[in-house]
Amino acid sequence: MLIYIGRRIVMAISVLLVALVATFLLFFAGPADPAQSMCGELRCSQQKLQDIRHSMRLDRPVTEQFTEYFKGLLVGREITQSGSIQNCSAPCLGYSFRSQREVKGAILDRFPTTVALALMAMTVFLTVGISTGVLAARRQGSGLDRFVVGFTQVFGAIPPYIVLLLFALYFTVLYPILPRTASMSSGLWPWLSGLIAPAIVLGLITSTGYVRYTRSSMVDSLAQDYVRTARSKGISENRVVYRHALRAAISPVVTILGLDMAFLLSGTLITEKIFDVDGVGRLTIQSMFQDDLPIIMGSVLITAFLVVTMNLVVDIAYSFVDPRVRLS
Amino acid sequence: MSMQFDEVVPVQEAAPRLVEVTEAPMGAVVLKVDNLTVRFPSDEGPVNAVQNLSYEARLGRTLAIVGESGSGKSVSTMTVLGLHNPARTFISGSVNLDGEEIVGASQATMRRLRSAKVAMVFQDPQSSLHPFYKIGSQIAEAYLAHHRVSKAVANKRAVEMLDLVGIPNPDRRAKQFPHEFSGGMRQRAMIALGLVNNPLLLIADEPTTALDVTVQAQILDLIKDLQKEFGSAVILITHDLAVVAEVSDDILVMYAGRAVERGLTKDVLARPNHPYTWGLLESLPSASENADSLKAIKGAPPSLVHLPSGCSFHPRCAYQDLVGDACLSQLPELRSVAPGRLIRCHLPDPERTLNPDPVLNDHSETSHQEISS
Repeated sequence: MLIYIGRRIVMAISVLLVALVATFLLFFAGPADPAQSMCGELRCSQQKLQDIRHSMRLDRPVTEQFTEYFKGLLVGREITQSGSIQNCSAPCLGYSFRSQREVKGAILDRFPTTVALALMAMTVFLTVGISTGVLAARRQGSGLDRFVVGFTQVFGAIPPYIVLLLFALYFTVLYPILPRTASMSSGLWPWLSGLIAPAIVLGLITSTGYVRYTRSSMVDSLAQDYVRTARSKGISENRVVYRHALRAAISPVVTILGLDMAFLLSGTLITEKIFDVDGVGRLTIQSMFQDDLPIIMGSVLITAFLVVTMNLVVDIAYSFVDPRVRLS
Repeated sequence: MSMQFDEVVPVQEAAPRLVEVTEAPMGAVVLKVDNLTVRFPSDEGPVNAVQNLSYEARLGRTLAIVGESGSGKSVSTMTVLGLHNPARTFISGSVNLDGEEIVGASQATMRRLRSAKVAMVFQDPQSSLHPFYKIGSQIAEAYLAHHRVSKAVANKRAVEMLDLVGIPNPDRRAKQFPHEFSGGMRQRAMIALGLVNNPLLLIADEPTTALDVTVQAQILDLIKDLQKEFGSAVILITHDLAVVAEVSDDILVMYAGRAVERGLTKDVLARPNHPYTWGLLESLPSASENADSLKAIKGAPPSLVHLPSGCSFHPRCAYQDLVGDACLSQLPELRSVAPGRLIRCHLPDPERTLNPDPVLNDHSETSHQEISS
């Protein structure tokens, strides 16, 4: 078990390294002058350009630039900025000259909001998705089942931004039933309640996949011999459905849950933009518009890290879900 | 209940049962199936899985239900446990289990009867046990469903049942998962699960088909031994006449959803009175003969959606010429040819026709002995 996890962690790190090199090359070895775009001002002072070039080692070969960035990630590094030297502790994701602050700090500030939104959305899509999927599977072929399948197809086919926009328009603007978003500084409750609207709609959009996965997995599992055995024991039908059939049907749901959570945690760009949620996703969008390369790189790296980590978590979770999975 | 069982399973006496089981004498009828018909809708039309089937199972006796795949033998017994989807099954007739009618019974009634009065051992123990739960807890779950006892008591009972079906180290084995068991051990565990509530009737649906040949005999012996100990009625569904000869008292031969021959196993196998039964016996491999002499019944079982006219067996019957048109146009009634012996055939004297000379009788006697040895 421990050997397996150790090996998986080594593999995960190598995947991250590849992602790191790839993003680095894409952003820094490209034809644009990163220093100019990072500066942000139309007429960038020579002093500032030089600061940027020097701190990014842009005046050095690419390999050395990468070494510097990599070193920053592992042990931290020093960044020269307008004459003064700043210490960027490990894992140093670089410095945003645009917003004049460290990338790590900028992302960490917004991370709690994104995590809260992701967890609230997860609660919605797991509850709605699994319960609807189970209901449809129990009445396979009925009118209800056909409606659920049809509705999730149609609803899932509508581009998410349209649903998000309409929901935001109707429930927070035209009929302001749900509270508008607020920043973390305005207190815990206003901050959390502001996330209800985006969490509901994000959860509903994501739930269509869970309805379909749960339904097809449950239809398969309800037809299994061990469900017939369970029924022949004289236990209640709910126990048959939930303890026996759903227990066996949950594995594929766990798989997609891991990936979905990785993407939700790395920031939902459109949702955060539309609902004005001050999370990692909105930060990424802002940085894209402003060519703030260090922040974009930072969020790409964090996304890669989350995807790899969640995959690892899912693999380990399998061994708890299914005793036949031997981790070796 | 024998003394030996009392010693092995002391919990049985103390545990309060939720279902009172009537104390019935050996030989009492616990299951009476009367004129049972089961139909499923399909894209091609209604599937006539079982038609006008009647039989009974008695305490302490084993009834073998024999037939090819699709002859309706499993479907008829699934009805006893009420395991068909009621929305997609048409059932008529009567199934009476220990005085209670099962056709049309509520789900609550069925839940009360399942495992407590009738239990089933399924064909493939690999797929019939839940892969994610420990063997012991799967057995304990059935016990808990019918007894007001603590989990600890139920788990203890599960371990005792595993011991009873001959699983070594039952304490340790109870904490293992099905995939850690061998095929034979899994089927033993299924039997332990079936008998945990001491049911009146145990239905074993091809319990040895998915097992190694070497293990098959052990499982059959186990069922036989446990039946003596528990005194329950057993229905054994199989297509293997060797198994039938070895363990059953009564036999019901089914073809295309209908009973074609019924009687005592020793009578029916020694002198079959229906051409289909005779064909089944003929197709048995015998060690004393060449492989060339294996006689398969020509043709294949009919579609249950489009049954042949008249006698369902007529397209494959070697004796059709002796009767003529009646076989093609008229469904033969199930008629009595001797006390306790029923056949569904137009042949005027099937006993004589199918077993014409003493030589053939000897032949079937020998093959019978070979089977049972």
